[in-house]
Amino acid sequence: MMNWLTQHLRALLFSLRRLLATPVANLLNVLVIGLALSLPMGLYVLLQNVQSLADRAVGTPQLSVFMNMGVGKDDIARIGRQLKQSEAVDHIEFVPREQALEQLKRSTGLADVIGGLTQNPLPDAYVVYPKRTDAQTLETLRDEVRKWQKVEHVQLDAAWAHKLESLLKFGRAALLILAVLLSIALVAVTFNTIRLQILTRRDEIEISRLIGATNGFIRRPFLYFGLLQGLLGGIAAWLIISLSLHLLNVGLIELAQLYASNLALFAPSAGDGLALLLFSACLGWLGAWLSVVQHLWRIESK
Amino acid sequence: MISFNQVCKRYPGGYEALKNISFDITEGEMVFVTGHSGAGKSTLLNLIAAIERPTSGSVIVKGQNISTLKGGALPYLRRNLGLVFQDHKLLFDRSVFDNVMLPLDICGFDHRESASRARAALDKVGLLPREKTTPIALSGGEQQRLCIARAIVNRPSILLADEPTGNLDAEYANDIMDIFKSFHQVGVTLLIATHETGAGALLGARTLILKQGELQSTDETTSHSTKLSNIDSQVAAYPAGSGQT
Repeated sequence: MMNWLTQHLRALLFSLRRLLATPVANLLNVLVIGLALSLPMGLYVLLQNVQSLADRAVGTPQLSVFMNMGVGKDDIARIGRQLKQSEAVDHIEFVPREQALEQLKRSTGLADVIGGLTQNPLPDAYVVYPKRTDAQTLETLRDEVRKWQKVEHVQLDAAWAHKLESLLKFGRAALLILAVLLSIALVAVTFNTIRLQILTRRDEIEISRLIGATNGFIRRPFLYFGLLQGLLGGIAAWLIISLSLHLLNVGLIELAQLYASNLALFAPSAGDGLALLLFSACLGWLGAWLSVVQHLWRIESK
Repeated sequence: MISFNQVCKRYPGGYEALKNISFDITEGEMVFVTGHSGAGKSTLLNLIAAIERPTSGSVIVKGQNISTLKGGALPYLRRNLGLVFQDHKLLFDRSVFDNVMLPLDICGFDHRESASRARAALDKVGLLPREKTTPIALSGGEQQRLCIARAIVNRPSILLADEPTGNLDAEYANDIMDIFKSFHQVGVTLLIATHETGAGALLGARTLILKQGELQSTDETTSHSTKLSNIDSQVAAYPAGSGQT
């Protein structure tokens, strides 16, 4: 066990030394890997931002039933009862017009504009939470409520959320394709780096085999090299993304301040970042493994 | 220790390097293989180290049949063999000391123990003062001695040497033969391929003579006095006629 650990530690140190021996060439490799990874990772971060924005804007699909301006208390109660009796409705929530205005002030950052109004432009409303959230049920319910007296307008809040959802779905598909393509590129970069290393160390490999090196022993330093290179590439990608987000946020915050809002892109979580490092390290390892195994196979079949 | 039984080696294209070779080498024996270049000496050594596989027949080394040996077992067989190559096969990107360390690193020995072993091996071949230089700075004879140091640092039970004195002048050659003699004295089995026909007789060792891939005879010199008395009977079992095809 000790022996096994020492062997691995030795291979790791050997790879590190090799990495530092040609710093410029290896730095460029790491940068290429970092750039390749930062594209899908950047897109992922962007999608997450949009997703969270969408989640904040709409939770579950719901109907907003806006009543006529100046509707009486009796009518409000009647409409509430009617809604509760409807089979499709789970529960309802009454939003008085004063409360709606207050919410608007807080959430949109348009406090200045609203403060300047002489009277409340918002009607009283019910927010209706349906039992089922499929488009069919929602539309039937909307069409029915629309016909009631004193009901001004029925808004189906889920419609644009659906559109956004399918847009996000499209984005995710694009992300997947990009990630797969660039992962292959990463594997290819590592494959080639390791192939060049193998070529310069062909004598060492041949002699090591002649004096009793196992294939595992020969593979080990190359695998560690691929792993390290992938890991460093992942770190580079993380840095690139963090830096880009920082630069974007400088501009975005300025823009948001003009609208008295606080909008900023958030960075990938530590979990996502670590997943990125793990993923890139694995891909580096895979590229190296393919390269060495192919080389050893060629020697053995000679 | 090493046993050939009706071994043939044919290369693609039909060239037969070895034809129906049979012989035995017992533990602790020193044996020379002579013959002109192209007689099959190197092929014979390569078969023992499983660098090449026989076309037919069996090669048994330390009780393991080389022709059926699995790829995974090969490294462990080779760790028991010390190989001295005609072209030395040294690594010029590292010091003399690191060249000798390589077999020990491969076996995964503790670094401190390896270092003292490597120095002992270098001392044995007289290269300890040069441990920090690179092999490129060594003369031909010194490079050959370095190759020997690397072969013995693992304390192998069998040492295979292919033309160890090939391009060396007489003085260097004698040095190297003295080194081999000292290994023989501590019980290492040696098989030395050389084109110099007299070398074996000079050291009082058995000589296998190869001619165009056939075993001509196993000369046993009368002066062959060794602690292992059973060699005589081994040799007798394979008379001169064994090379007929």
